[in-house]
Amino acid sequence: MAGEINAVALSLCIRMERRTRNAASFVLDVSLEIPPGITILFGTSGAGKSTLLDCIAGLVRPDAGQINIDDATVFDSENHVNVPPQHRRIAYVFQSLALFPHMTAEENVAYGLPHLPTDQRSARIAEVLQAFRVENLRRRRPAEISGGEKQRVALARSLVTLPRVLLLDEPLTGLDAELKASIVDDLRAWNAAQKIPVLYVTHTREEVDALGERVVVLDRGHVINQGAPHEVLDAPRRKKLAQAAGFENLLDATVVELREIDGVMRVRLAESSSEIEVPLGYAAPNDRVKIAIRAGDILLATQYPVGLSARNILAGKIVSLEPRGSMVVARVQAGVSFTAHVTPGATRALELTAGKPVWIVLKTHSCHLLSE
Amino acid sequence: MQSLLLSIRLAACVSAILFVVGLPLAYGLAYTRWRGKFLVESIVALPLVLPPTVLGFYALVAMGTQGPLGRFWQATFGHGLAFTFTGLVFASVIYSLPFAVQPLIASFESIDHKLLDASAVLGADALRTFRRVILPMSTPGVVTALVLSFAHTLGEFGVVLMVGGNLPGSTRTISIDVYDHVQSLEYAEANRLALILLAFSFVVLSIVYAVNRRIGRRVWAPWPAK
Repeated sequence: MAGEINAVALSLCIRMERRTRNAASFVLDVSLEIPPGITILFGTSGAGKSTLLDCIAGLVRPDAGQINIDDATVFDSENHVNVPPQHRRIAYVFQSLALFPHMTAEENVAYGLPHLPTDQRSARIAEVLQAFRVENLRRRRPAEISGGEKQRVALARSLVTLPRVLLLDEPLTGLDAELKASIVDDLRAWNAAQKIPVLYVTHTREEVDALGERVVVLDRGHVINQGAPHEVLDAPRRKKLAQAAGFENLLDATVVELREIDGVMRVRLAESSSEIEVPLGYAAPNDRVKIAIRAGDILLATQYPVGLSARNILAGKIVSLEPRGSMVVARVQAGVSFTAHVTPGATRALELTAGKPVWIVLKTHSCHLLSE
Repeated sequence: MQSLLLSIRLAACVSAILFVVGLPLAYGLAYTRWRGKFLVESIVALPLVLPPTVLGFYALVAMGTQGPLGRFWQATFGHGLAFTFTGLVFASVIYSLPFAVQPLIASFESIDHKLLDASAVLGADALRTFRRVILPMSTPGVVTALVLSFAHTLGEFGVVLMVGGNLPGSTRTISIDVYDHVQSLEYAEANRLALILLAFSFVVLSIVYAVNRRIGRRVWAPWPAK
């Protein structure tokens, strides 16, 4: 970090074992260096993402290890250092946001600044309210404002204290992509000046793509990969990662032909004669690859679809239909077995039943390439 | 009427003391974990199950000239505790303790723990978190605690009988007064006092329930949020 005097970095190396009542104990064992800027912490629920943030914030005490913010040690088990959360100067936005319901937006934002003289305090509050576009909500209570506004107020409340590190635990879940992007832009703009490490937890792939400068993948308490999002999650992807990201279909395939100019390649699925087109990857003809497809990305058609941009259309037959909550899980045999999610309404409209012939429609970019 | 005023004075003193004692006690019971906690919880709840006479008996023994509290009081203030208003306050505080502490614990525990975490992360120590987050969010609990300890003290009989005796103006509370009138077959007088107590208790409890309902919409804020 030479040359960047402002830049703060977070480094940690912690281990923690949490015994649960039903035998299987959870171990969090993580070593990380977080540079300034947004780092995504990616993983399934239960991977230990929130626990890791709790440890950094000081809300949970790790069994062993060290946590440093720049040169300051906030936790060191060997030297019995454990700075309490109120003295760590780490901001933390929870998934629930935890805005104080009995205070107005402005009072919420002012909460972290009790020791400032009034004029400085108002200036700081005004600045951050403006940066996150919530000046007009000053006098409203959390119950009176929308979800996205609450998220902005929560960010403003955390950042007004000029923290050394910002921890975000899925703070933007439930927002549509556009709103999310605009909040993230404001966050980026703010951090351009502050240059602090921002650790952003998410379990959705879309957020990684939207935010990512850097991603750390956590799986069952361990860091299994880190780097730039496209390197970590796209290129030769690991099967474990695909499962972590929730792909229901993992298919064995053999590369048939590369079409570099179109950025695609054709693969043959397992032992079948079905061929599909997938995004180009690091592979050569006759290489064995794995293709991952989300069940929600698969379309079913009862007639051969025409005039469609999707490149892959496979003939198949429904094996089973199983209602699960608000959707129906369809198993379709089309050379290989596919799992698709359809809505109960579509199931009725298309009169889907077991044994009915259907066409499977796959967009090229819904097929994710994994290397062995 | 003297007995009614005495009862109100006693209830007011007891509620005030219980407010001061109850907040830290409830905080400790709601938010901290320690080995002997269940013992303290049991002690706090004891007055709920013990007959007032039993409680009053032990209070009397403790306050008597041979009792530890009585001797301490005698040595410090030069007079005994038993059969005095102060003694009555002592016994009543213990007798009404669960009515103050339990509503507070319930409302402390109902606060989303993430709010307390958020407060800590924003730099607030435990005292500031208590003052700015826990207490304002517990207004219904605080009001309930105050009113219940007031009403409960107002209606006590057994403990007063044991500890206070029956001295007009210092220990003859309204419930004792009613009892006396009935004993002397002065039913009209007994009825007058009983009716006052009944009406007063009903009004007080109505206030508690009304406040609890309205607080959900935050019609009034007894704690300025600044």
